Amino acid sequence: MGTVAAHGLCKSFGKVQALDGVTLDVPDGSFFVVLGPSGAGKTTTLRAIAGLEKLDAGSVHLDGRDATGDTPAERDLAMVFQSYALYPRHTVYENIASPLRARRRSSSEIAAAVEQMSNLLHIERLLKRRPAQLSGGEMQRVALARALVRSPRAFLMDEPLTNLDLKLRVEMRTELTRIHRSLGATFVYVTNDQVEALSMADQVAVLKEGKVQQVGTPTEVYERPANQWVAGFVGSPQISLLACHAEGDRLVGAEGWTLPRPRWTTAEDGRPLLLGLRAEDLSVEQRGNASLSGELYGLEPLGDRTVVDVRVGTEILKVKARPTVTGTPGERLHVTVDLDRAHLFDAGTGLALSEAGR
Amino acid sequence: MAVSVDEAVSTGPVRDRTPAARRFGGRGRSVLEIALLTVLAVVMLFPVLWMIETSIKENRDVYAIPAKFFDFTVTLDHFKDVFVASGGGRSTLSVAFLNSVVVAGVSTVLATVLGVPAAWAYSRFSVKAKKDQLFFILSTRFMPPVVVVIPIFLMYRQVGLIDTKLGLILIYAAFNVPFTIWMMKGFVDEVPAEYEDAAMLDGYTRLQAFWKFTLPLLVPGIAATAVFALIFSWNEFVFAIFLTSSDTVRTAPPAIAGLIGGTTVDWGLVAAASVVFALPVLVFAYLVRKHLIAGVTLGAVRR
Repeated sequence: MGTVAAHGLCKSFGKVQALDGVTLDVPDGSFFVVLGPSGAGKTTTLRAIAGLEKLDAGSVHLDGRDATGDTPAERDLAMVFQSYALYPRHTVYENIASPLRARRRSSSEIAAAVEQMSNLLHIERLLKRRPAQLSGGEMQRVALARALVRSPRAFLMDEPLTNLDLKLRVEMRTELTRIHRSLGATFVYVTNDQVEALSMADQVAVLKEGKVQQVGTPTEVYERPANQWVAGFVGSPQISLLACHAEGDRLVGAEGWTLPRPRWTTAEDGRPLLLGLRAEDLSVEQRGNASLSGELYGLEPLGDRTVVDVRVGTEILKVKARPTVTGTPGERLHVTVDLDRAHLFDAGTGLALSEAGR
Repeated sequence: MAVSVDEAVSTGPVRDRTPAARRFGGRGRSVLEIALLTVLAVVMLFPVLWMIETSIKENRDVYAIPAKFFDFTVTLDHFKDVFVASGGGRSTLSVAFLNSVVVAGVSTVLATVLGVPAAWAYSRFSVKAKKDQLFFILSTRFMPPVVVVIPIFLMYRQVGLIDTKLGLILIYAAFNVPFTIWMMKGFVDEVPAEYEDAAMLDGYTRLQAFWKFTLPLLVPGIAATAVFALIFSWNEFVFAIFLTSSDTVRTAPPAIAGLIGGTTVDWGLVAAASVVFALPVLVFAYLVRKHLIAGVTLGAVRR
């Protein structure tokens, strides 16, 4: 069992409102990712769940029981810190054993558990070392082992992969997913890396300025962003947003272009809108059902693909293209648009228009 | 003691590794610099040298005119006199030294035991008006002892602490607690709070987390702070001379000062007593010299 429910979490540090009514419901056994830019309140949310931060308002329920006033020890959670927080004077063995020692397990039980963990994470040969003698990746594994050595209600992870180099990060991503699947435990995982969120999560909560913007599966968050901000934050290259309004059966851009109006939009004529187009739904190579014209602004070759920047009036469209694409800046281009996959947002509120008709 | 302190600093995060080149200002010093430093060293060290010489001279060489620098008879009688009374048994001075050890030692322990947890609390918890509180704590050190000694004297007379070792211990501890809090807060700030967070999630209480994980990392800082407090208590003169009078309570500074006066002054004895008095501080300062520098440059510097 391991459900985590946070309701209406509020926390301010001086004049900064770090959490402004954050509500999260983490189902048992899920890999729940809290995604947001730095300063969004992700870490504070996690620390509030862990009992390390005193809340101004709100409650934390663990397994359905109110744990709001409980000490961290009483909550029976395990946490991996961004800095790993390995005890510098303890050996790796003692670091991993610490949660069991705190709970007064027998030394034979501790030895068995530490051995099992070090096998799982391939750190057997590090057990006698101290944290200062470990590389970043090794420290990360030890921190993970210290959390995993018990079977707590849930595991809290605060950007555990941020301090690793890219190759290691990708490796650990797979490994974490594997561990999650084999344990079947609840993971609450905080990150600012959308790739991590999309690749690992069962559920993603997108956080901005202490408020939850959207909760859903990675697909939902990517395919149906709740608002313009989520659309911009999730996805790389960033979604292109064009100012426009509806006029009869057409969308008219502020820069003078026109496109057929997607059938599902219910927006009344003249209301200022933002048309959101993801790079993969645009093409400079003839595809899709409508087109915009602009001029080539720049090319960004990324190996497996090239991102083509197309200037339409004063706005830039990012278009995904094959790596072989070439062109010279200033050249006229037609960009075809897959309007069935386009997003429309209210330009005033930033909220996505209802897509019920889709 | 020295070994455990060294070990503690080698793994802790509290370090001071200024590159040697920078600390000594690059390549060689100018002649002028060396000359000035030599003059300064002579001026500073001559009294010390003179004191040591006097302590091992025979009485007639002590009073010889012109003063004898090199060819005097060496004797350790003065040192014997410091510890042994003329009729045999313990001398008054030796009792005074013992009193100094007790008063300085106990007051330092007291200040450390009270000050370190307070520093931890000020570093870790959000306390209302924290800056004002810390300023108030520091403000108790603004006045020199001589300013407050009269009111303290009157208060002590009321509660019967006049001429007691406990009275001295309490006043020295009271003077050292603010210093300990300020200096230790700097050291605690250097230890990441996340060690304690991690320990609490492991299942320890907040106090256990402090005791098991943060305190060991503070040992070098505590050593440095305690030595400063010890030196203050050991050297303190004003409170000691005002608040104590009997030979059984008196600490070494007023006892040594008491040797001067009267018709004849036994300078050999005064010098020997002063040498004995200076030694413990030198030894302590030497043992923790690395941490003294760390304490001055790191612990006390606010960020």
